[in-house]
Amino acid sequence: MDASALLETIKSKHPKTLLGSQDRFGVLEVSVDRTGLVDVARTLRDEPELAFEMLIDIVSIDYSQYPEWRGDRFGLTYLFKSLAKGHRLQVKVLLPEDAPSVNTLCQLWANANHLEREAFDQMGIRFVSHPNLKRILNHHEFIGHPLRKDYPITQRQWLSASQSLMDEMEPRLKEKGYT
Amino acid sequence: MRTEPQAPFESSQGLNSPRPKDKRELVYVNIGPSHPATHGALRTFCALDGETIVAAVMEQGYLHRGFEKDCESHTFQQVIPYTDRLNYVSAMINNVGFCKAVERMLHLTIPDRAAYIRVVVSELNRIIDHQVCVAANLLDMGALTNFWYFFNAREKVYDILEKLCGARLTSSYTRIGGMARDVYPQFADEVKAVLKSVEQSLGDVLKLVEKNRIFLDRTRDVCPISKERAIAYGWTGPTLRASGVEYDLRKVEPYYHYEDFKFEVPVGTKGDIYDRIFVRLYEMEESIRIIHQALDKMPQGPVMSDDKRVALPPKQQTYGNIEGLMNHFKIIMHGICPEPGEIYDATEAANGELGFTIVSDGSKNPYRVKCRPPCFMNFAAFTELIEGSMVADAIIALGSINIIAGELDR
Repeated sequence: MDASALLETIKSKHPKTLLGSQDRFGVLEVSVDRTGLVDVARTLRDEPELAFEMLIDIVSIDYSQYPEWRGDRFGLTYLFKSLAKGHRLQVKVLLPEDAPSVNTLCQLWANANHLEREAFDQMGIRFVSHPNLKRILNHHEFIGHPLRKDYPITQRQWLSASQSLMDEMEPRLKEKGYT
Repeated sequence: MRTEPQAPFESSQGLNSPRPKDKRELVYVNIGPSHPATHGALRTFCALDGETIVAAVMEQGYLHRGFEKDCESHTFQQVIPYTDRLNYVSAMINNVGFCKAVERMLHLTIPDRAAYIRVVVSELNRIIDHQVCVAANLLDMGALTNFWYFFNAREKVYDILEKLCGARLTSSYTRIGGMARDVYPQFADEVKAVLKSVEQSLGDVLKLVEKNRIFLDRTRDVCPISKERAIAYGWTGPTLRASGVEYDLRKVEPYYHYEDFKFEVPVGTKGDIYDRIFVRLYEMEESIRIIHQALDKMPQGPVMSDDKRVALPPKQQTYGNIEGLMNHFKIIMHGICPEPGEIYDATEAANGELGFTIVSDGSKNPYRVKCRPPCFMNFAAFTELIEGSMVADAIIALGSINIIAGELDR
């Protein structure tokens, strides 16, 4: 499906959530309101003619130093790929500086769990209802979010304690029926 | 500690077990973060019932160096050496992946010869990546000989890579707009000779494993993942193809004339360790086919674009006229400046879809770079993969999904 047909299909399903669209070097990018992200994402995955089975990546961007930027400070770009149809799509959500939060997509794509943890860790985006929103690349004692533009690249931190991981193990065991 | 002896595999039969499941009876073991069998600094924390892993969680980040943050304070050209350090087993594919994304951002077409060289070095790197992965994977099963067979041939490939760019692992062979330098005169002949030893090593390894009872018992139906789960986890590359999905960017979104080369995409059926190993082995054969075709078709001509936005002028012009001097000065001092915009560009790397999202604000430094390492998605599925299996199987499952800590943690 080409970009205009994709846009029409999404528009017909979610006329109110869709805020705009843009061409990103041959790939359609749609901006959606953050409250409607999960609904749009579910449509993208489950609608047979869209069939975006795969969540490729979640990119967090801090626009605070972007020249002539007037939108909200943070941006999330969700990259989708449809194996059956062959097309790609990007979904952009903008999040305000004071409350950079959005609903999780963990229930729709299994890899959203780790990708959202990375966006939280690196950029400080909160994912509401995420089952295990903790740091993934940086050390658990790390303070701040390194990919924010106001985090100085030279700033180092003393990190020493290792984590027991029992906080993740306990719920996992409970799922398996251990008490 | 147990009070009474227990039949093996009891816990894996789950509901048949009459005793209530008591987590105090489990043994908790860390595999890694610093263990030879993890092939990198990865930590898996397991709860064991006997030899069986009943639950596992993992921790990554031990090799996190802030690649993405570093990119923001370097020029586009300066990022290239950092990409070597992502997947250091197939560094040139990372070079190609990053440069391809920036070139698309600049609407720049590289000379045909450069594209063919990129295909040849990418496929050579795919071969050595698969060799390392399969050799280490077999080593984890105790099959040491294969390791020597593969590493002998791999060393010969590295000799060629070293002749091309001066380094074995940290190649930085591409530039935005083409290649750092042309190949040397005997390149094609030497590559063909090396491919013979690669084929030889492949034959030797196949002879050792193909009908080997121990190998078959250790790998078949061990730690499988279904097509649907692999897709849900965003698996790409050989690990996804092992689950039976014929998805290869070289076929579905071809670049650098891949559509003109004749090659097959091997797929598995069950997505178990056996399939993941054999998809890689057969892919090596296909890479050999591609390299032969690319070497035969490789045109003459420049290997670097003459586009003034990216290429330094010839030295006579830099020293001979003011335009050349200014052009040189602009590229050295002001760098390469793509128009403001955002791009996602994907390359079929040795272990899957290697993607770079680049945000440009029109300056010489990228505003934001996000790397999509293929093994990040593989590792996300790792606990699901190993729960219910034995510790020894978890080790080879880890080897079979080819986790490269350099790109996993960036």
